[in-house]
Amino acid sequence: MQKAIKYTLQFIIIAAISLIGEILNKVIPLPIPASIYGMAILFTALCTGIIKLSAVKDTGKVLISIMPLLFVPAAVGLIESWAVMQDFLLPIIVIVAISTILVTAFAGHATEFIINHSKKGGKR
Amino acid sequence: MKEAVTNSLFFGLALSIISFLIGTYIKKRCRFFLFNPLLIAITITISTLVLLNIEYRSYNNGARFLSYLLTPATVALAIPLYEQLKLLRKNLTAILIGITSGVLTSFISIFAMALLFGLNHTQYVTLLPKSITTAIGIGLSQELDGYVAITVAAIIMTGLLGNIAGDVICRLFGIKNPIAKGIAIGTASHVMGTAKAMEVGKIEGAMSSLSVAVAGCITVAVAIFFKGLI
Repeated sequence: MQKAIKYTLQFIIIAAISLIGEILNKVIPLPIPASIYGMAILFTALCTGIIKLSAVKDTGKVLISIMPLLFVPAAVGLIESWAVMQDFLLPIIVIVAISTILVTAFAGHATEFIINHSKKGGKR
Repeated sequence: MKEAVTNSLFFGLALSIISFLIGTYIKKRCRFFLFNPLLIAITITISTLVLLNIEYRSYNNGARFLSYLLTPATVALAIPLYEQLKLLRKNLTAILIGITSGVLTSFISIFAMALLFGLNHTQYVTLLPKSITTAIGIGLSQELDGYVAITVAAIIMTGLLGNIAGDVICRLFGIKNPIAKGIAIGTASHVMGTAKAMEVGKIEGAMSSLSVAVAGCITVAVAIFFKGLI
């Protein structure tokens, strides 16, 4: 029973931050979604100690662990977009595949290169 | 009878969860990367809808409750990020340069292939936001006057690819450092890739979460320079 209350309370905190994110998204005229504002708010609150890690950790971990499941409805929605995409379906698929592979390779290697180099340059 | 089942709010919800559980079960039995729980869940769900001739709208009537949880789940990504705060501070330069080169690679590769395929301006700008998280991508696509529905589809296809193969691509290109892996997966395939990075490791997951936010913002800022090229 206590466990259930703990998880519920933690969920309320995360939901409240999501709500603040939604409000910021409506008020600020930038294409930044509620979830990114919320992530920044929670991160700042944790860093400054306004919210303790133990106050959100357990429910947060559960939410993150079920994340792939949460994408099922949106991905199934692809069947609705087939018709609109017909005009240039092949370019879309090729561009998505190749550019995703290239971005992974370049971003990863650039990061790894700098990390290895700054190690050689001594402690920072 | 069929109506009673498909009109129920629980139909879409139950179908998604059961398909996903089957996917998780198969993944446990067989570790090959194509046996991805998300991919299996989508395949089962779509086949069921097509075979029983059920409209997406009545499915999503119940399934959308899962989508509602995406905002709090993304907010929660700040937790693993905070847990890696030390690592983040120590490698801040490498991380920021890594994400920026990823975003530039995305724009340049899309631009080059759009030229190759002879895409028109609208088709080109539609694909520019493909590597960033859906909500930012929708906003950017509207701003650039792209086909928003196609942008969303391209973003989901990108995320699906990252979720299925992000880890494999890193291995193919010899990216071993967990920070670099996380940055690579998150910059290339946003939150859907991050869901996978979380399974690979704590550091990978945290760095991938950070990349989603940072890459999204850089993409919005840089898109202005790239939109006029075609």
